[in-house]
Amino acid sequence: MLDIDLRVTRDSFQLDATLNIPTPSITALFGPSGAGKTTLAHAVAGLVPACGRITLDGVDLLDSKRGINVPVERRRIGCVFQDARLFPHLRVSENLLYGYRRHQGRAYATTEDVIGLLGLETLLDRRPHQLSGGERQRVALGRALLAQPRLLVLDEPLASIDRARRDEVLPYLEVLRDRYQIPMLYVSHQYDEVLRLAAQVALIDSGRILAFDTPAALSVSPELRSRVGSAGVGAVIETEVTARDSSTGLITVALGDHSLRLQGGGDVLGTRLRLHILASEVILATELPQGLSVRNAVAGILERLDDESNGLIVATIAVGNARLLARITRSAVDDLALTTGRQVWALVKAASLTLGVYRPL
Amino acid sequence: MFNADELEALRLSIVVATSSVLLTLPISVLMSWLLVRGRFPGRWLVDAAVHLPLVLPPVVVGYGLLLLLGIRGPVGHWLYLSTGIRLAFTTSGAIIATAVMTLPLMIRAVRLTLEGIDRGLEDAARTLGAAPIDRFFTITLPLMLPGIFAGAITAFAAGLGEFGAVITFASNIPGETRTLPLALYTALQSPTGDASSLRLAALSLGLGVMGLVAAEALSLGMRRRLGRG
Repeated sequence: MLDIDLRVTRDSFQLDATLNIPTPSITALFGPSGAGKTTLAHAVAGLVPACGRITLDGVDLLDSKRGINVPVERRRIGCVFQDARLFPHLRVSENLLYGYRRHQGRAYATTEDVIGLLGLETLLDRRPHQLSGGERQRVALGRALLAQPRLLVLDEPLASIDRARRDEVLPYLEVLRDRYQIPMLYVSHQYDEVLRLAAQVALIDSGRILAFDTPAALSVSPELRSRVGSAGVGAVIETEVTARDSSTGLITVALGDHSLRLQGGGDVLGTRLRLHILASEVILATELPQGLSVRNAVAGILERLDDESNGLIVATIAVGNARLLARITRSAVDDLALTTGRQVWALVKAASLTLGVYRPL
Repeated sequence: MFNADELEALRLSIVVATSSVLLTLPISVLMSWLLVRGRFPGRWLVDAAVHLPLVLPPVVVGYGLLLLLGIRGPVGHWLYLSTGIRLAFTTSGAIIATAVMTLPLMIRAVRLTLEGIDRGLEDAARTLGAAPIDRFFTITLPLMLPGIFAGAITAFAAGLGEFGAVITFASNIPGETRTLPLALYTALQSPTGDASSLRLAALSLGLGVMGLVAAEALSLGMRRRLGRG
């Protein structure tokens, strides 16, 4: 467990955070710019003075009451910064070994392993200024990991890389998580990165933790919705592949006590998936319609209707334990006489689901 | 081509300038660190004091050194009694006078690079397990090298030509404190020194140009290495 209970006061900014994070897993610190995500992550690493308490897997890193404040260099918390911060006077290989040479005890990450996993073989003799943005972050990741940290803090590692190049780095994070079982704090204001990587999300704004939950639970909460932009609003569903039709390429996944069929690439039976079903891709009907191309119609109970700032309405539909979100107009609500508690059919296009398929588990 | 006295002056100039650079190097790194990173009362006073030789007439600096380090000065007297070392009117004295005069140049250059170093790199080193002294020698100091080299070369070039402070504190003793500018001055005073003056001036010019070229080559190499070229 990573137990955090701390306060940071800086100029006019105040951060107040209490979190109990299970380890090892990836926890996203998610929120808008200036929310205090980076400050929180840096306070955990010891780079920002804070008071309160931080305990990582039973080791006290900070306890203001007892006068404990382990210095950064002995916290064993690896950091990957937004700007990589590779040492410009050292070659890639020397950068990689900087922390490795200074760690004590047994190494769980060996140089050969890390260089291989991150694909750094051809970069070793280069200098940092000869690397692309994505390469720089991969080296920074390797350097942090080779210091054998107990926790990795990733501070918007992809923010300074253009979107197309993110895929040069993202898969490596998943590889490291799976290979080393190292807990990570992942600071991001990109919802798709969070959905792809995080096991749990701390939603932060104005220096406070607004919510801490799984992406599935958070995705249907109104607090999160207002902070992801209307294009990102949609239910996140953890599920697994229950059937696969090789002739059509469609796979079937469980949703509550129903199932959804979707375009599924090469997924085999039993693969765990995280689906992001955008609210704009879900249609509501009061009775099961006939003669539609839509592959998926699931019955559920209309749980709540929330006004969005743009005049539209987001409907939450309970399908067993799962939730779906649908974005509809005010006039549709009136015409269909939609009220909470009534049964509705949620229609989801099979083709629309493929975009939001993540494999986080 | 050059007579023995002129070559002796050249040798002495190089010895004095080199030694003063070696003497001021660690001092300027330490002072820059204190002035940029230090938080202590009276920092502005230290800042002003190290820059004093830049604004004072060199003769005044030399005179000040004489008062302080001369055989009857408080420090010089104590030094002589306890170790038998005399600074005034010796090569060591010339080196010290040159060092004091060139220290501000050195500090300015070193300080500028130190101010330009991204503290984030030091933070990164901390997260990788580097304690303060380790961090200084593996990250901060290497990143300061361009400024240290630039400062050292400027100080060396300035040190070759230091006149006022040297002649006041160390006098004009052939083979001991008569560096190139002092030799040139002496030749100018002599009715038969015209040719010698020209040769000494040419020597100074040659040394200066070599210094400039070396400085340029070094800084170019260093910028390339760090990817700032």
